[in-house]
Amino acid sequence: MWFEDVLFFVAAIGALAGALGVVILQNPFYSVLSLVCHLLGLAVLFLLLNAEFLAAAQVVVYAGAVMVLYLFVVAYIGGADEPLRPESGGLAFFGPLFAFCVAIELCIAFIASGLEALDTDGPDVGAGFGSPGEIGQLLLTNFLIPFEAASFLLLVAAIGAVVLARRRRGLES
Amino acid sequence: METTWYLVLSAFIFAIGVSGVISRRNPLVVLLCLELMLNAGNLALVAFSRMHGGEAGQVFALIVMVIAACEVVIGLGIIVAMYRNRLPIDIDEMSELRG
Amino acid sequence: MSATSYGWLVLAFPLAGMLIISLGWRVLPGRLPGWIATSAIFLAFLSSIGALLDLLDHSEEERQLVDTAWTYASTGDFKIGLEILVDPLSVFMCLVVSGVSFLIHLYSVAYMGGDRGYARYFAYLNFFVFSMLLLVLAGNFVILIVGWAFVGAASYLLISYWYRRTTAVAAGIKAFVINVIGDIGLVIAAFLILDRVGSLEFLPVFQQAGDHFSTNDGTLVAACLLILVGAFAKSAQLPLHTWLPDAMEGPTPVSALIHAATMVTAGVYLIARTHPLFELAPTAADVGAIIGCATLLFAGTVALVVTDLKRVIAYSTISQIGYMIMGVSFAAYGAGLFHLMTHAFFKALLFMGAGSIIGAMAGIQDMDRMGGFRRAMPFTFATFTIGALALAGFPLFSGFFSKDEIIAFGIHRGGGYAVLAVLGYVGALLTAFYSFRMVFRVFFGDAVPEAVELEQGHIAHGEPMNPMTGEAEDTDVGFPGPEHHIAERSWPMKAAMGPLALLAIVGGYVAIPGVDSVIQNFLEPVFADSHLAHDEPSTGSEWIGLVVGGVISILGIGLAWLVYRRRPGTTARLVERFPWAHRFLGHKWYFDELYDAVFVRPVTTFGGFGRRVIETDFVQGTIVGGATGIVRVSTSFARAIQTGYLRAYALLLVLGVAGLTFYFLVNSS
Repeated sequence: MWFEDVLFFVAAIGALAGALGVVILQNPFYSVLSLVCHLLGLAVLFLLLNAEFLAAAQVVVYAGAVMVLYLFVVAYIGGADEPLRPESGGLAFFGPLFAFCVAIELCIAFIASGLEALDTDGPDVGAGFGSPGEIGQLLLTNFLIPFEAASFLLLVAAIGAVVLARRRRGLES
Repeated sequence: METTWYLVLSAFIFAIGVSGVISRRNPLVVLLCLELMLNAGNLALVAFSRMHGGEAGQVFALIVMVIAACEVVIGLGIIVAMYRNRLPIDIDEMSELRG
Repeated sequence: MSATSYGWLVLAFPLAGMLIISLGWRVLPGRLPGWIATSAIFLAFLSSIGALLDLLDHSEEERQLVDTAWTYASTGDFKIGLEILVDPLSVFMCLVVSGVSFLIHLYSVAYMGGDRGYARYFAYLNFFVFSMLLLVLAGNFVILIVGWAFVGAASYLLISYWYRRTTAVAAGIKAFVINVIGDIGLVIAAFLILDRVGSLEFLPVFQQAGDHFSTNDGTLVAACLLILVGAFAKSAQLPLHTWLPDAMEGPTPVSALIHAATMVTAGVYLIARTHPLFELAPTAADVGAIIGCATLLFAGTVALVVTDLKRVIAYSTISQIGYMIMGVSFAAYGAGLFHLMTHAFFKALLFMGAGSIIGAMAGIQDMDRMGGFRRAMPFTFATFTIGALALAGFPLFSGFFSKDEIIAFGIHRGGGYAVLAVLGYVGALLTAFYSFRMVFRVFFGDAVPEAVELEQGHIAHGEPMNPMTGEAEDTDVGFPGPEHHIAERSWPMKAAMGPLALLAIVGGYVAIPGVDSVIQNFLEPVFADSHLAHDEPSTGSEWIGLVVGGVISILGIGLAWLVYRRRPGTTARLVERFPWAHRFLGHKWYFDELYDAVFVRPVTTFGGFGRRVIETDFVQGTIVGGATGIVRVSTSFARAIQTGYLRAYALLLVLGVAGLTFYFLVNSS
């Protein structure tokens, strides 16, 4: 419906604007906020794609927890404003250039692809598509091992963070 | 909208993330741009999952989110360690691989 | 046992001697190495006699026996192997070489006593005798060249035996370089012969030479001239003679053995052995005769002036070998080889006597400082005089019969050869003069202090020094030992010189014209194919030649007596009247200076140029520096990428991804 298309464009523009904001804004605090905006836009897009659970997870976990963590660290460290023009001109010029080359190439790949399904909206799915129940069922049956591995990874990351950031007694003076 | 639109959008977000990684010097911002790239990947996964009509892509995206979280944790831990050791918060300072 | 088995034994004994001494020198005490070496050569001599006796058992036609120990290569008709040829010529040479070597080894046992390198000396000496015997017993050109090269190497080792003496080392190098020139000539000659005849074995080549080559064929003349180059280098003829006087730096027995009796006669042997080729290329033979004659005159004149005792004898050797070369180039093979034999006897004797005198003089070799040894050293005086008489060709001594036989042959051949022969008589006059120059200066006159000391009972003892330059030395290994030996006090030296003196007297009686012709008859089978050799002068003309020769020799001795005994100031007056002549002869006709300017200087200049420009600038700088420079420059590009900045690495990653994607896009379309 036209409503969905409009919503798509609004969300897309929001995501893009947020992404650009992350890269362009000098103050790291503002960059984090910009990323939050981007994440919200992305959550809307997920909803449009019938991924309700994922959209919720995105907002709650990603924007809610991870970004808050980020904000804490930014507040702790400070992060001075960078100068407007980065001094290493070469990297600043070629980086975006080649990045967009990759993007263009990917777009060409998608648009000129022979995969016809790309041109459709996708099959009709039932109401339970993307619901927590179905995702949960898949996680505990087909994708059990990735699920368990991911939890193990979380454990490792937590321990790693503690090790990295602990105070070493006697060395701090 | 057709799946192609989502994919194109994901490609552009990815490109913006890459350019950010290359051109920003503050490691915090670099990590943020890494998040951008991961999110772009997530978007593409979900779009394909909708295209196929199966939820495998969404599960994949969920796992990616978990990994992104872990990576943020470790990255921030490194930056905090840098700050604690009185190093300037600037990626260009960490150039011991120069040779 | 057959003659060829004896032939192998002749080779085996010196080789065994050398191996035993060189491997076991640490455990052989005192003079034992010397006795081992001497017995090895004695056994070789006995084996030569065995070969001789066995050979005489065969009939005259069957006296050329070949035996191959091991074939290296065999393709079709062409065969190369470790082959020896036992025939009258090689047995003759074996007898002379092993006999004289045995006596010289005996002499050296005493003479070299006290030298720190005693065992090394005898190992080298045995190696030399082995090489010389290999050379004369060779049955094909390959083994001949192998023996030739070994002999050159042994000569080098023995000349620079006192290796810490720089003059000796320089002399050794000079001898070796000139010998190598001869080796090259010989090798190229062998190639030329192989190319045309298709074989390198002596008997087939000589038998088929007439089929493959016409008379004075260009290739054959070239090959014979190259053989002559080899012969001249080894036998020290003009222009490759400059090494022999310098080779007197070696110990006196070495000079006696190598540079008088054996090695330098290798050239004569070579021409005699390859005589079928020379008879087919008369041009080359004529060249040989002319050079032989020129050499004998040149050396004779220089021997008149030089004052170092050993060098007078060295020039005398060059001169006498000139006679032999002239003889075998005339096709007077028997006469030439006969002179080779008698020369070996009296020249070795002269050198031994000289060694004894030098011992009495505590190492000094300058005749100006010698005199009046007649009473102090009677045995040496007697043997030396016998040697000088033989050298001068005094009637009834061995040299008389041998030298004048060559000249008689030349006169008989007529034409240009007669002229050469007459020049040979002039040379004989010079020979008689300078040989008695030596006798009168050393043994007659007022006794010098060393002689007086000796008469009182002890040998003079001076500071060890280089006799040519006067530099101080010590007596450790690499320099002569502290002891000085004279014949009167060492029985081995007497035991060696006695038989030689006897042979110098009676050695000529084996070929008295008209009475017997032992050597000629014995060597007949070898030279049976020569059409020139059988054209001998009649007995009458030979006797006339002998008489003329005898008269000339007495004349020469008389002149010497006049100059040195009756009117002692004659030499001084002559030097005043003709200083340029004295200088010219004293500098040996300036040959050394000529070679220095023409060969040595350009080569050393080029060497310096090579080192400075080619090596340092070009190779080091450009090629090596260029290579390293290129590597350095290209790696600096690679280093530029390793900036250490993470962002730059990230950029490179992206670049890679972009490239890959582009590639796949392009390929899939």
